[in-house]
Amino acid sequence: MNDFPWLSVLLLLPIVGAVVVAALPARVAPVLPKQVALGTSLVTLAIGAVMAIRYDAGASEQFQFTEQANWIESFGAHYALGVDGVGLTLVMLTLILAPVVILASWNDGDGGRWSPKAFFAWMLALEGLSVGVFAATDVFLFYVFFEATLIPVYFLIGGYGGVNRARAAVKFLLFSLAGGLIMLVSVIGLYVESAKTEGGATYLVTELAQVDFGTDVGRWLFLGFFIAFAIKAPMFPVHTWLPDTTASATPGTSVLLVSVLDKIGTFGMIRFCLELFPEASRWATPVVVVLAVISIVYGAFMAIGSDNIPRLIAYTSVSHFGFIVLGIFVMNSQGLSGANLYMFNHGLSTAALFLVTGFLISRRGSALISDYGGVEKVAPVLAGIFLVAGLSSLSLPGLSPFVSEFLVIVGAFAYSKVAAAFAVTGIVLAAIYILFMYQRTMTGPTSDAVAGMKDLNVREIASLAPVLLLIVLLGFFPKPVLDVVDPAVDHTLSRVDKHDRAPEVVPSQEGAHE
Amino acid sequence: MKFTAPHIEYDLVSPILIVLGVAVLGVLVEATVPRARRYLVQVALTGVGILAALVAAFIVLGRINPTSDTPKPGFIVAEGALALDGPTLYSWVLILVLAFLGLLLFAERRLEGGVTAFAGQASALPGTEAERQASAKGLEHTEVFPLLMFAVGGMLMFPAANDLLTLFVALEVLSLPLYLLCGLARRRRLLSQEAALKYFMLGAFSSGFFVYGIALVYGYAGSMQFDRIAFAIASGSGSDALLLGGMAMLAVGLLFKVGAAPFHAWTPDVYQGAPTPVTGFMAAATKVAAFGALLRLFYVAFGGARWDWEPMFWGIAILTMVVGSVLALSQTDVKRLLAYSSVAHAGFLLTGFLGARGLGEINPGDINPVQAVLFYVTTYGLTTMAAFAIVSIVRDGSGEVTHLSRWAGLGKESPLVAGSFAFLLLGMAGIPLTSGFTGKWAVFAVASSAGAWPVVVVAVLMSAVAAYFYIRLIVLMFFADPVGDGPTVTVPSLMTSSVIGVGVLATLLLGVVPGPLLDTLGRIAQFIR
Repeated sequence: MNDFPWLSVLLLLPIVGAVVVAALPARVAPVLPKQVALGTSLVTLAIGAVMAIRYDAGASEQFQFTEQANWIESFGAHYALGVDGVGLTLVMLTLILAPVVILASWNDGDGGRWSPKAFFAWMLALEGLSVGVFAATDVFLFYVFFEATLIPVYFLIGGYGGVNRARAAVKFLLFSLAGGLIMLVSVIGLYVESAKTEGGATYLVTELAQVDFGTDVGRWLFLGFFIAFAIKAPMFPVHTWLPDTTASATPGTSVLLVSVLDKIGTFGMIRFCLELFPEASRWATPVVVVLAVISIVYGAFMAIGSDNIPRLIAYTSVSHFGFIVLGIFVMNSQGLSGANLYMFNHGLSTAALFLVTGFLISRRGSALISDYGGVEKVAPVLAGIFLVAGLSSLSLPGLSPFVSEFLVIVGAFAYSKVAAAFAVTGIVLAAIYILFMYQRTMTGPTSDAVAGMKDLNVREIASLAPVLLLIVLLGFFPKPVLDVVDPAVDHTLSRVDKHDRAPEVVPSQEGAHE
Repeated sequence: MKFTAPHIEYDLVSPILIVLGVAVLGVLVEATVPRARRYLVQVALTGVGILAALVAAFIVLGRINPTSDTPKPGFIVAEGALALDGPTLYSWVLILVLAFLGLLLFAERRLEGGVTAFAGQASALPGTEAERQASAKGLEHTEVFPLLMFAVGGMLMFPAANDLLTLFVALEVLSLPLYLLCGLARRRRLLSQEAALKYFMLGAFSSGFFVYGIALVYGYAGSMQFDRIAFAIASGSGSDALLLGGMAMLAVGLLFKVGAAPFHAWTPDVYQGAPTPVTGFMAAATKVAAFGALLRLFYVAFGGARWDWEPMFWGIAILTMVVGSVLALSQTDVKRLLAYSSVAHAGFLLTGFLGARGLGEINPGDINPVQAVLFYVTTYGLTTMAAFAIVSIVRDGSGEVTHLSRWAGLGKESPLVAGSFAFLLLGMAGIPLTSGFTGKWAVFAVASSAGAWPVVVVAVLMSAVAAYFYIRLIVLMFFADPVGDGPTVTVPSLMTSSVIGVGVLATLLLGVVPGPLLDTLGRIAQFIR
């Protein structure tokens, strides 16, 4: 079983499922495509779970479950898959969220421009391609998946979203394409540089890590990758597409977009920016940290000022992605572990928040906070879940995001007290925007418009339950994820410090003065 | 004085001879076969001719062992007039394949209700009684098939030409039939005739530049032969002014043919006015032939003066991409949009052309510029051909509807056609997993390897701009509601459908598994000198 192509199966199964769903004849019962989609995603999750159990956190090699074959020899491109701790957690996040989203979006595809079966086919295709992004260990393959994920998202937003869906879809696509094309220059640059080496052109991450790019070239290539990932993540000042997109997309699409696809940005920063260009990453750190802190504070303030619920959640994500990027670029073990863990936890908490507010919005038909009031009296289960999801988003101790946010801030303190001080305000502001939102929608006198609101039904609760369960479990016991992530963190740190040991001295000196 | 007969390697040049021979036969058919049977005879003759030439081209290609690790460099034949090496032979195969697809579009009769897309009687003035009678009688010009073959014959010679005179003759042989074909549209004949005249005038003008360039280069090198010119440049004798002027003039002639800015002004008008099958064929095959010729002329003959011509081509490549992409943004006609997109693609191809490096600088296994350009032109040609085939089937009562507003909601009317067109547009935009992406990657990579970073950065920016207008069209087809009756898709015969099918399939395959073709090209993409 060691040679079993785990990752290829996880990648192809949803895509095959998507083709099957799309190919179902129109006359079958409308529920069948949904069942096939849910079944496919559950089977994929089961296989993924087996793979995760077989993952050996203590293994010495960087990647596990590796597969490698030449793809385009002239380009040095390979079909190469493999996961380290970070990749594994994100693949698992994708696999967990896919069935959740499909179950939660059961009826969201009905009112779209096209048939619901196309909706579920695109969802499954997106799942498969996302697995490909996180599992690719070849830069070219990564780039192909990176761009390919845009197409399903584009159609999911443009076909099934709200009033401004076409506009939002185009804005999303153009931002992402622009980022992708900037990255393309760097991807080509990698080819040019690696072609100059002994072994000839290659795109394998493991081989590229051996190439010394030199200071100038390395910095330029780093910039190309970083800008693309910053757009994807999204970071201030290139975040503007996200609120518009989530305001128009269905909740399920938003979950896949924010919880899974945006992680490509931060994942890419670790995998490509830090590991391939350690010198350039250290060179860029001060600027990136400042931008990350601005993202944290700015996102939080924008969230406080939003009256539109999906936009508000989008801004909270800008703030949270600021934390993740901060954790990555402070380049110490607490920060990086925190960031890696945060990627997983943020995925869960944002998914819960998007889905539960999606249920709320679909009941009232309005996304504006001011249209609600006193919902907790008519729909207590909904209100309760909303509260838990919100509390996890503001990092209440005992819920999983707390652990990761705490680690990031510890790491930030070790790097710079000023940066950490600003970052901490993000926590306070998070309490404001979440609790205000809860207060204005759920508490107070029940407004007439929501008086007849039904509480969550079994399907909706069933879709949210696994996510909430994980949030609570990992809040008390984050060790399983941390154990998987930590070797990857050590590897990244060893890459970053390889050529220059100076940065790691700085924090310890500061510590000595105290 | 003793006359020695020139030695011609008939077996090696057989593809050209077959094509031209069939063209001449086609003229005889026009003179002898009754009108009712001409269509069938011409289509069969042309089809068989192209296929026979294709087989012959493959046989010649086989003689340089393209599958071995060290293929033969090729043959110089016909007293040094033609060079049959890897790039030439590959261009031949590609041109013949495109010609066959072109023939399928030319022969399509179902779209116009039983007649071809060409004028019933070209000499009848538009709007006159004669024209009405011609169309009432169901006349059609079957001369288009021999004309196609003459153009193909010129296209085969163009990339093979190994001296300036042959190059010029080939240029004219390929151009003249195309001028004529452009004016033969059955519908919107004034537009079509205007296009033909414009194309002819500007083409003649650029030929003038070309001939003058030949004269100057001859003055510099004392020979028309590419190898002698290269030798003269290497030895550095002669006046630089003659060489620089000559190179610039020759470049004007060739850049006109590929539709590069600032010599692109004819492209939108001609692409719009010409009958769509001609536009598709011309857009695809002319680019192949012209880039083959451009590469050979500037790499083989002027390779030694690379530092002199490269800056000029940097500027032209950048200008071409910017003009093509930016002007395409404001187009409201799908054929004009595709025309500007083809200008932009000419710019991307020129980016690959700028990947010229000394042979010693290219490591074995690296991608080389000839390989990249030939690959790109393959992907572009097949995608474009299929795109124009789709343009020809979206129609209403008055013929093709090319105004963009009429394409709104096509996705609802005919998801398959709109989906195919969207996929082809994504291919042109260079989205991964389509051939456009691998092609773009190849040309950008060779250009960056040669240090043309600024051009590549502009190319990437312009790809983003180009993506915008392709996607706008996709949005229009899928997300907009149809205006009025909306567009209808006329079901074409198997011929047009198979062109679309081949184009879509090639766009997918060359995007997912470009390896085999790229590797083959990598082995054979060496000019014989």
